Amino acid sequence: MTTAAERAATIFRRPAPEKGIWSWITTVDHKRIGVMYGYSAFIFFIIGGLEALLLRIHLSQAESNFLTAAEYNGLFTTHGVTMVFLVIMPMGAAFMNYLLPLMIGARDVAFPRLNALSYWIFLFGGLFLYSGILFSGMAAPIGVEGVSGNLDPSDITRLGALPDGGWFFYQPNASRDFSPGTAVDFAALGLQILGIASLISAVNFIVTIFNLRAKGMRLLRMPVFIWMSLVVAFLLLFSLPIIAIALFMVTFDRQFGTLFFDATGGGDPILWQHLFWLFGHPEVYILILPAMGIVSEILPVFSRKPLFGYAAVVFAGAGIGFLGFGVWAHHMFASGITPAAQAGFGIATMTIAVPTGVKIFNWLGTMWLGRIRLAPPMLFAIGFLAMFTIGGLSGVTHSIVPSDWQQTDTYYIVGHFHYVLFGGAIFGIFGGLYYWFPKFAGRMLNERLGKIHFWLWFIGFNMTFAPMHWLGFQGMIRRTWRYHPSLEFWNQIVSIGAFIIALGLVVFIFNWVRSRRHGPIAGMDPWDARTLEWSIPNPTPVHNFSTVPTVHGLDEFWHRKYGEDDEGRPVRKDDADSYVARLGEEGNDPAVPIHLPNPTYFPFLMAAGLPLIGYGIIFHTSAVGKALIAIGVLLSLSALMGWATEPLEEGHHGPVEAH
Amino acid sequence: MSESTAPPEDEEVAHHDEHESTGVENRKLGMWVFLSSEFLFFGALITNYLLYFGREFEQGPTPSEIYDIPFTSVSSFVLLMSSLTMVLAHNALTRRDQGATRTWLLATAMLGSVFLAGQVFEFTEFIVEYDMTLSTNPAASSFYVLTGFHGTHVAIGVIMLLSLFGLSKRLGGLSERQHLNLELVGLYWHFVDIIWIVIFTVVYLLTATSGG
Repeated sequence: MTTAAERAATIFRRPAPEKGIWSWITTVDHKRIGVMYGYSAFIFFIIGGLEALLLRIHLSQAESNFLTAAEYNGLFTTHGVTMVFLVIMPMGAAFMNYLLPLMIGARDVAFPRLNALSYWIFLFGGLFLYSGILFSGMAAPIGVEGVSGNLDPSDITRLGALPDGGWFFYQPNASRDFSPGTAVDFAALGLQILGIASLISAVNFIVTIFNLRAKGMRLLRMPVFIWMSLVVAFLLLFSLPIIAIALFMVTFDRQFGTLFFDATGGGDPILWQHLFWLFGHPEVYILILPAMGIVSEILPVFSRKPLFGYAAVVFAGAGIGFLGFGVWAHHMFASGITPAAQAGFGIATMTIAVPTGVKIFNWLGTMWLGRIRLAPPMLFAIGFLAMFTIGGLSGVTHSIVPSDWQQTDTYYIVGHFHYVLFGGAIFGIFGGLYYWFPKFAGRMLNERLGKIHFWLWFIGFNMTFAPMHWLGFQGMIRRTWRYHPSLEFWNQIVSIGAFIIALGLVVFIFNWVRSRRHGPIAGMDPWDARTLEWSIPNPTPVHNFSTVPTVHGLDEFWHRKYGEDDEGRPVRKDDADSYVARLGEEGNDPAVPIHLPNPTYFPFLMAAGLPLIGYGIIFHTSAVGKALIAIGVLLSLSALMGWATEPLEEGHHGPVEAH
Repeated sequence: MSESTAPPEDEEVAHHDEHESTGVENRKLGMWVFLSSEFLFFGALITNYLLYFGREFEQGPTPSEIYDIPFTSVSSFVLLMSSLTMVLAHNALTRRDQGATRTWLLATAMLGSVFLAGQVFEFTEFIVEYDMTLSTNPAASSFYVLTGFHGTHVAIGVIMLLSLFGLSKRLGGLSERQHLNLELVGLYWHFVDIIWIVIFTVVYLLTATSGG
């Protein structure tokens, strides 16, 4: 119940749709938000993948004219930005959103409305970033004196205005002088907006994990995925403010004439590299740790053994996060930093292999002597393990400074980070999609199609990225539009591999769309799993848990189903099946009414103000730009006011009123 | 109207956030976590400034040559006093003295605005008198961006204070739920003050080469 005055303070009638588009726009349900994150990221994955295919078509011939140089530069930049910020990061957020409350025994995250805000800011930020391509041939800020913003006609591409400095936007290449036009501005402000979304989720997830655990869910009883999410949230929390400052400096340099990175005015371009990689290296772990968490959930279930060395895996994950802040300059060995710094960062980089190695051996130990079932989630998890190990080992080679000088800016690096981010993060994420699909859809994905998908990807992936290592050693330089004809054969293999990956993705999409409607009903607990999210019906009911469980140990759900025989081997309890069936009935039918947070318009409206401010800043010299800033600020502020005066849940209008 | 009664709750109803495992209220923990991130934000800005401090530039002046330390000391004092009035506002609300709460909230917002006015004056003086703009040299750029972002934080704080004031005026007082909001605004406000103490010490006092 709310006071009449509080009710009067709200501007709109409280929305309460349960179906249709408005129910999605106004939702604050962590599961729906997770699903929206997942689908949005998947669409960006397709876009980023198409960009990669265009690049590979071009590179299948040494002197191809399929793309112009400007188009090539634009495509590899947007491919990188898309895959890092609009695919892997939000995919991680999708899993965290959907699973975090379920795995710790909560009915939602700590701040459901902030959660919705994060998603909408992410979506608008991504759309804002891509909308930059529409402003082709425009030099901003329009009419600022003393700024050389004249567009080089060769920068205009058939694809619109694409940022072309690489995903790291090195200075001074990304300055107004060398990257005229608005493309870099859209990228810088778009990433800024995306950063706000990630920062809000980081705060939300940290508070959720610390505060909303079910009774008995001590920190060292949490599933590893929750631990990795916690580490990721802290990495985001401490690295995002740094990139925020760095991106503000770029925006100020480009828009308002500051001299941070302008060497002719006394500025320091190397400062950009330090700030970027001080964020950028933790970012690498932000991308990989959720996948490590997913794999740590899949391997025990499909090996039918508890995770080997749970505490070691957890602390190794935290150690990776901690060390991740001290190795950034290994991206800069060729940038002219002092020998002492090179030695220090080289050694620090080697030490990070230790916790990573601990994890790999723990995963292997989990599978050792297990009764392994090679279902698609397990295949992807094993694929992750193999590919990530290769990528990790090639990563360690960068810590040897003279060797790194040789590798810098060659395809060896491209091969390395695709092994970590595709073979690692993306394989892990797809393993997770196969594993938790029944949770989300209540149906099973087709296993045969899943296996076909896996093998297409496994073969295609290695064809695509393994040859890049030796191409790099043979002298093929990164980010160039032309290469020596003697390297053409392996480049063609690489391009064929890329299309095999695309074919695998088509199989996956077909499987997903068909199984969503026609897949076999999953029922309760299809994988004989270990964690709490499987102790409730599939698909998850709106209120998650009818009764919040009390936790007595690690792998709580498993121990409710399994006892031990005299030799310590797990034996399924006689009443396990009826117990699980009873959980299924109770799960859909709570004994007491459960009030959940009500839907609201305000997160959507507040997020909508940010891209308007972004457009305003880019065109701030014109009256339209100034007006856009004002409108954006007003929209966000008034939405915030409405939000602050609207209660989170309104008494008897909750969506779940079961009795 | 009475604010002491919590909304009547049916005991047989469950909610999405039934307890806090750490014993710290969700919103308060969230604010602390957010502020820890803000330290890195200002840390990066102050580092930028220190990086460019002491370098020679073709174009002058640099901020450290033209600081008006007595003036900034006064405005720093004003901002510090606003932390005191913030505490008094919180204290008044704990005593459920709604009138005094509003008075101290308004006083805090006013002191914050005086500080902001001082910053506007300082910027204007630097630009008009000394011809030091954003584009004069990187030291000037980092000074303006650092203190500008701090000023933006103060301005956001003033908006939050005035919102609480307006809400209290309109509802005839702040409810239990709003009590925590006031505490959160207080946390934020003290944070902004603490950051200013660091900025004033490190960026102004330690680097000033004149005017002191």
